[in-house]
Amino acid sequence: MNKYSDKIKSVLTDLGLSLLSIIVALIVGTLFIYLTDKSPLDAYSALYIGAFGSFRAIVNTLWRSTPLILTGLAVALPFRAGLFNIGAEGQLLMGGFTAGIVGFYFTSLPTIIHLPFAIIAGMFVAGLWGGLPGVLKAKLDVHEVIATIMLNYIAMALTINYGINLFKETGRPATPRIMKSAAMFNFNNMNKYPFLKDLPLSDLFSQPAIRLHLNFFLAVIAAVILWYLLFKTTLGYELRAVGFNPDGAEYGGIKASKSIITVMFISGAVAGLAGVGEVLGTHFSFMQGMDAGYGFTGIAVALIGQTHPIGVILGGLLFGALAQGGLEMQFSGIPSEIVMLIQALVIFFVAALQVFKVYLAKRKAKGGVE
Amino acid sequence: MPREDNYILDMQDITKIFPGVKANDNVNLSIKGGEIHALVGENGAGKTTLMNVLYGLYEPDGGQIFYEGNEVDLDGPEDAIKLGIGMVHQHFMLVEPLTVTENIVLGSEPRSGLMLDQKTAQKDVKEISEKYGLFVDPEAKIQDISVGMQQRVEIIKTLYRGAELLIFDEPTAVLTPQEIDELFDIFKSLKEQGKTIIFITHKLKEVKTISDRITVLRSGKSIDTVNTEDVTKEDVAELMVGRQVLLEVEKTEANPGEEIFKIENLNVNDNRELPAVKDISLSVKKGEILGIAGVEGNGQSELIEAITGLRKIKSGKFELRGKDITNFNAREIKREKVAHIPEDRQKRGLIMDFDLKENIILGYHDLEPFSRNGIMQYDNIAQYTEDLIEKYDVRGGGMESQAKNLSGGNQQKLIVAREFSHDPEFLIASQPTRGVDVGSIEFIHNQIIDRRDDGAGVLLVSAELSEVLSLSDRIAVIFEGEIVDVLKASETDERELGKLMTGSQAEAGGESNE
Repeated sequence: MNKYSDKIKSVLTDLGLSLLSIIVALIVGTLFIYLTDKSPLDAYSALYIGAFGSFRAIVNTLWRSTPLILTGLAVALPFRAGLFNIGAEGQLLMGGFTAGIVGFYFTSLPTIIHLPFAIIAGMFVAGLWGGLPGVLKAKLDVHEVIATIMLNYIAMALTINYGINLFKETGRPATPRIMKSAAMFNFNNMNKYPFLKDLPLSDLFSQPAIRLHLNFFLAVIAAVILWYLLFKTTLGYELRAVGFNPDGAEYGGIKASKSIITVMFISGAVAGLAGVGEVLGTHFSFMQGMDAGYGFTGIAVALIGQTHPIGVILGGLLFGALAQGGLEMQFSGIPSEIVMLIQALVIFFVAALQVFKVYLAKRKAKGGVE
Repeated sequence: MPREDNYILDMQDITKIFPGVKANDNVNLSIKGGEIHALVGENGAGKTTLMNVLYGLYEPDGGQIFYEGNEVDLDGPEDAIKLGIGMVHQHFMLVEPLTVTENIVLGSEPRSGLMLDQKTAQKDVKEISEKYGLFVDPEAKIQDISVGMQQRVEIIKTLYRGAELLIFDEPTAVLTPQEIDELFDIFKSLKEQGKTIIFITHKLKEVKTISDRITVLRSGKSIDTVNTEDVTKEDVAELMVGRQVLLEVEKTEANPGEEIFKIENLNVNDNRELPAVKDISLSVKKGEILGIAGVEGNGQSELIEAITGLRKIKSGKFELRGKDITNFNAREIKREKVAHIPEDRQKRGLIMDFDLKENIILGYHDLEPFSRNGIMQYDNIAQYTEDLIEKYDVRGGGMESQAKNLSGGNQQKLIVAREFSHDPEFLIASQPTRGVDVGSIEFIHNQIIDRRDDGAGVLLVSAELSEVLSLSDRIAVIFEGEIVDVLKASETDERELGKLMTGSQAEAGGESNE
């Protein structure tokens, strides 16, 4: 049917544009690699091998993209409702910290209760942390950018500077290690489970260097749920209406304040899941520095993904690959600064092409009829 | 070669193709020096495209342009300006925080050293403004002056750059009736001074009033060029639409029933917290159309927003079927079988980035069968949309295309389709045909009358006096937020209403026909 072919065409255009910008970024990146007296070809092949060169590399690329997909979603969803959530960083910290506390505090719960409890507690607290600027915006018209930035600082102070000190493990700027019962399933443990060890690939997964854990799948599920929410539910219809045209939405009897609070709560919870996964799956305690700027990178991930939940998965994978492959580049002698620079170039060109796309759309609209 | 010597401009076989659309298809347009030439056609007929080609904004895919006898190649507006072609766009291109003078000279400023030579600039502006009777305040900031004055600034801007041929793109769309009269006086004075004017419009009354000749476009083709005095409004309408059009509304005598809607002592403030609606009381009966006539900005918008739940009121109350709905919000009012065609379809009436099927359920999206347990039922919606698009003849895209890709007339039809399809018992129509082409106006008017004949009460607000007069059964005149009189439509005329609207009491003194 015609409508599907149109849709596929527009998706392909989006994908093509994103791909083109990545290629342009890599070409410009060669200039900077020359500055380091290394061969760009070697550097990029290291990047590729590091991210996709082996089974381990691919799996760890997925692992690294997990928190980025989630923070990307946390930015993309409010974006659709006309809100700019800069606060994924703080929401991630609050979620991670809560999960860390729940993870070590309860000592005698079975996994089937402890793990879901820690996840939900973390997401809920992060949801409140995201919902608060939503309430401020809806009731008092406080701009969400200001509110979320400020809440980032408060979250940092609360968790890293104050919280960790309360529970500090000797010699480590972190909360005590979580109980085994709260830890997320890690794929390198596949051999230890009776049913899973018979699955194909279980041997491949069972190397200590494999870091992939359950949260990657939770992130993908979250993306699918948010896609369904945005495009198939009444709530999603209302969110998008408010995002496109608040006056029109008001005319249609949609309460913007309700949409704003709901969307900010959900987005906070999703950002929180990023922190939960880092604590319960990657580090097994809430650590200083574990946020690694994921909340801010999430903004770029969301934009590269065209703020579409499925696009965000792809955006997250791209950044995960850059992070994972970037390590290999460093091993091959490219300074980490250049690696960061190339990552920044990709963001820059994707953003620039986004502007180009808006320009094209405008021209087309102008070109249409009258 | 140009076809005749006295043509200042001759556009021959202009073709402009956009992806999927032939916006101009071998269009011919010849303009005589010193005439006022109306370029008319329905929305989407290709008028603006043709003028953008002339102004150098679009490169044509075919055809030739002769200006003052020579073939010209226009690469951009600079080329057009150099030749003496100026354009006043529908949406003004002015810098809001700068003064009138600064805006006029912007880009070709007289300088003294590095600084703007304010004195010379102001002198030049004053000269032009006096010569053509274009009153402006040279030192006022754009953001502080009226739309009419902003338009005069745009005109002076083109004259300052030496324009001999002035293009106006729908210049009256943004003006009040008084401002339209003033604009036409300016047209005449420009013509007296030897300037040539092309103006785009789809309002036939204006075409008859002011133009010398008319060129009609339809679906990208030039249909005919005629002398204004040789044709009637009906003739032009037929050329535009391609079939006979009823310009006069045909309706039977109203058969009013019991009262359906009542406003009592309503007071509403505007955005600056100043009183906009002052102590208004009105009532609408089933099966009648109550029109509200008034110059725009006299409280109509605030009144409508208040009774549709979009604006907080200060005091007063309104009742629907005897039920107090004063503090209902927009959603609750809709559920009371109240339909609302808002005055600004792009700001309120539609989500321009939504497709047709998402727009056609706006406000009803949480009701069965469109939504069930919080899940949108897009199959039902698609079926529903398909039916309505056909029934209301919404053209220009399927249900998957975005509302912003429709022409103004079809956008309006989309809103009408949505609002009329839930058996409204009370219908609020605000500027229902603004910016809509002739064929769609006829359609929308008939729909409103059909609703009335089905027993709905209708509250109509329009800046077009002729629309209020021809549709309404009773007319309430609003002036500075107050209802100055309520008249029977059959017992009044444009002159009497015009006087009431501008605050001069009618000679008869307000006899009320309530």
